[in-house]
Amino acid sequence: MAEIPVLKIGDCLLVSIQIDMHDRLAMALQDDLTRRIVADRARGVMIDISALEIVDSFIGRMLNNIAAMSRVLDAVTVVVGMRPAVAITLVELGLSLTGVRTALNVDKGLALIRQAIDEQGGSFARRSL
Amino acid sequence: MEAKSMTAIPRLLAGNEQALLDAWLDSQRKSGTLRSGQISEAQLGNDSRRLLAALSEGAASGKVDDIATPAWDHARNVLEEVSRSRAALGLSPSETATFVFSLKEPLFELLRRTANGDPERLAHEMWTATLLIDKLGLYTIETFVNSRDAVILRQQQELLELSTPVVRLWEGILVLPLIGTLDSARTQTVMESLLEEIVAEGAEIAIIDITGVPTVDTLVAQHLIKTVAAARLMGADCIISGIRPQIAQTIVHLGLELGVISKATMADAFALALRRLGKAVTENPRLRPEQ
Repeated sequence: MAEIPVLKIGDCLLVSIQIDMHDRLAMALQDDLTRRIVADRARGVMIDISALEIVDSFIGRMLNNIAAMSRVLDAVTVVVGMRPAVAITLVELGLSLTGVRTALNVDKGLALIRQAIDEQGGSFARRSL
Repeated sequence: MEAKSMTAIPRLLAGNEQALLDAWLDSQRKSGTLRSGQISEAQLGNDSRRLLAALSEGAASGKVDDIATPAWDHARNVLEEVSRSRAALGLSPSETATFVFSLKEPLFELLRRTANGDPERLAHEMWTATLLIDKLGLYTIETFVNSRDAVILRQQQELLELSTPVVRLWEGILVLPLIGTLDSARTQTVMESLLEEIVAEGAEIAIIDITGVPTVDTLVAQHLIKTVAAARLMGADCIISGIRPQIAQTIVHLGLELGVISKATMADAFALALRRLGKAVTENPRLRPEQ
């Protein structure tokens, strides 16, 4: 089974979803990501979904869940690069992902994570990028 | 069945074309078709002559009671052409229908004269003629309405294209000036073009200006909320501007919660957007050109 790589950049984790998500992959990603947040003491999680063309309610809920789990583990989640068609679908499904921060691209997402971490009083073990 | 084949209408139409035409034009003049000045006397005469010729051609087939047969093709074409041109001129449906119905008076008069005092025969002929002209009239109206509908449909399409421009106000700031009532179809177009433009421009802030939206009800508010939510999902913030006092009252009375920053004017929204992006507009007297 294909696996979605979780990359570590400084105190952030970058997840770039390049293939169509199916449910078991989504569950595996949740497991993997929460484990990595704890192991790497990450403060931010960025999920890039710019390659994702189809999002159903399950994937929408998964994004919401990941954000909630990260929050419990004191990490900020930013979803970046959502396509217009995907955004419309999610809104029509009634999933507006109110708990998730969003940004247009990876650059802006990284800036948003920095800003959010600073607002929370900075990181204990902040390493320069 | 036998009575129908006995009708003298085809023979009368063929034999008295000029007399009928004159009497018909007279009756049309009396009914005030020309009064509005939208149709010239020459055009009216031309239309009438062509229709009458087509009528006698159709009636010659003997099927006076069924204008759907191929023998009446010519008559139907003339009617279509006439009603379409009148619809384009902006004439009312009754004015267009009067064109056909006014043929009744001269035709009945002709029938009366040729009936030779036979009431049975006259009644039968009148009934046949009435049926025929009613069918022609209804056909005219149908075509008229169809061509009107086509015009309305085209205008709707044009309006849809016209009313969804997304304007780049500054680097990273887009404006969507909404004009007219929002319905589901329009909102879909508006939403799509805004989101596409957000991606293309990499805009962080989108101002939705509703100065031109006449009323905001729960449905319109729902559409606005959806657009804002979709833009947020993509990582852009929305500001709603141009809320008139009346609309502010309506929103509160309806108990709506827009859940988005709103400003009274687009200028305020623009100022806020600039501040969000860490930019400012400053006054510099030295840059002002000498008067």
